[in-house]
Amino acid sequence: MYSIFKKELHSFFSSPIGYLVMAVFITSIGLFMWVFSSTSVLEYNFATMDQLFSIAPLVFLFLIPAVTMSSFAEENSRGTIELLYTKPLSTFEIILGKYFAAVVLVIFSLLPTVIYFFSIYELGLPKGNIDFGAVIGSYIGLFFLASAFVSIGLFSSALSGNQIIAFILAAFMCFMVHWSFFYISAMPVFRGKLDLFIQKLGINYHYTNISQGLIETKDIVYFLSVIGLFLFATTLKLDRRS
Amino acid sequence: MSVIVSGLTKIFNQQRAVNNLSFEARTGEILGFLGPNGAGKTTTMKLICCYYSQNEGQILVDGMNTLENPMDVKRNIGYLAEHNPVYNDMYVKEFLLFVAGIHQIPNSKKRIDEVIEITGLGKEQHKIIGTLSKGYRQRVGLAQAIIHDPKVLILDEPTSGLDMNQILEIRNLILELGKEKTVIFSSHIMQEIEALCHRVVIINNGKKVADDTLTTLQNKVAGNVSTHVVFQTENSDQKNWLQALPGVVTVENNDIGWVIVSSSAHDIRPIIFKEATQRNTTILEMYIDKANVVDVFRHLTKLNADV
Repeated sequence: MYSIFKKELHSFFSSPIGYLVMAVFITSIGLFMWVFSSTSVLEYNFATMDQLFSIAPLVFLFLIPAVTMSSFAEENSRGTIELLYTKPLSTFEIILGKYFAAVVLVIFSLLPTVIYFFSIYELGLPKGNIDFGAVIGSYIGLFFLASAFVSIGLFSSALSGNQIIAFILAAFMCFMVHWSFFYISAMPVFRGKLDLFIQKLGINYHYTNISQGLIETKDIVYFLSVIGLFLFATTLKLDRRS
Repeated sequence: MSVIVSGLTKIFNQQRAVNNLSFEARTGEILGFLGPNGAGKTTTMKLICCYYSQNEGQILVDGMNTLENPMDVKRNIGYLAEHNPVYNDMYVKEFLLFVAGIHQIPNSKKRIDEVIEITGLGKEQHKIIGTLSKGYRQRVGLAQAIIHDPKVLILDEPTSGLDMNQILEIRNLILELGKEKTVIFSSHIMQEIEALCHRVVIINNGKKVADDTLTTLQNKVAGNVSTHVVFQTENSDQKNWLQALPGVVTVENNDIGWVIVSSSAHDIRPIIFKEATQRNTTILEMYIDKANVVDVFRHLTKLNADV
């Protein structure tokens, strides 16, 4: 597994992919946080990082499928997957190697935003007037959300030999798992009956919970289950070779 | 280390790609795996390498079952797939280091240098794989297959698409490797099988049509052998006494000399020699023209198609 992890990570950073992901993430978040007047923290008058944590899932919705789309689709189309399958590696090891490499790339893209945190910390009046718990919670939430998106991205990539299809499928599935349950629960037919249950099926509900600085086991279990489910589905798909 | 395949069947969409196939590759032998396109060669090789799992039958690699111990089997097999899947964007050494990592080879740098030496990649070792010529890419493929010093090598058409010089170099390499490893080697190039293999398994439509040493197969198909004789001076009397020799079917004259077709049960060369000496006739040349693998292959696959 470690060999695959190393190779994947190396391929991210020996090509423009890794740097592009980091640059696009930090720039788009930066624009929303500091430049665009409707969302700028400078116009908002509160020392918070809410903008980052509400926009980041949207940026990840496009960025993560772009990172993961090649992971299996490219190996399938180039035939190199045959090399991996005939080496002493289990399918799950191959998947985990690729999964952790993509997660590490996402963590790298999140790291520079710490600068934003310190900027706001310094700008606060009085200095340091920022809700630490919520920020740390939100980072943890964002990490889990991104990890779940990566597992969805890997699954879509395994479904197709075409990277564009893998990308569109991943973006759509991430959107469905993150937001759609919230909108479904708001439909009149579920109101007052199943709405809370349906909401809890979506990532959004648990992400919002953790973002408030409230790290509960049930939310962590939810994220781990989503990740486990998609990685397991990926294994099933890849093991069906004929 | 042997590879024993018994009763192997693989079905894709109700089509039997491999049908009740049994054969054995013995320790230290180069086994030629011959068949027309779509005969099931690649599928069989992928089954041995645990890429697919079979519907029926079993494969034992040194006694290990491919379904029960796929990891152990894969550790002992070096596989070069038909289209030579390598990562074109990686450097040669980087790629070999990656494969060595998968196999958890201790002191991998030293082993990589050895493998580069064996496969003759020395000059190209610092290049990106995608920039190499096809022949050198094939060597990279071979290098990854032997890096863990496997006891069994499975090579799926390793010389296809190469030019003659490259083919000869790869063949020599395989011959060298075959001295201490069990090699299963597929090809549709007959001369290659003739040049490399001790034994041949011929398959057609997923079924085995022959499994024998080359010599036996050639004799089986031929039944008769053609002996070519060139005398210093030719006369019509020669035809008569040649015709009278035991086992001779026909005697014909081509522009060079006499072609004597006789039963493969007798080698008539010593008799011709004695007769010629008695008759004071000088022999300039004499050789047996055996049926070549091309004939064997055509004959057997045609027979099978007719059935």
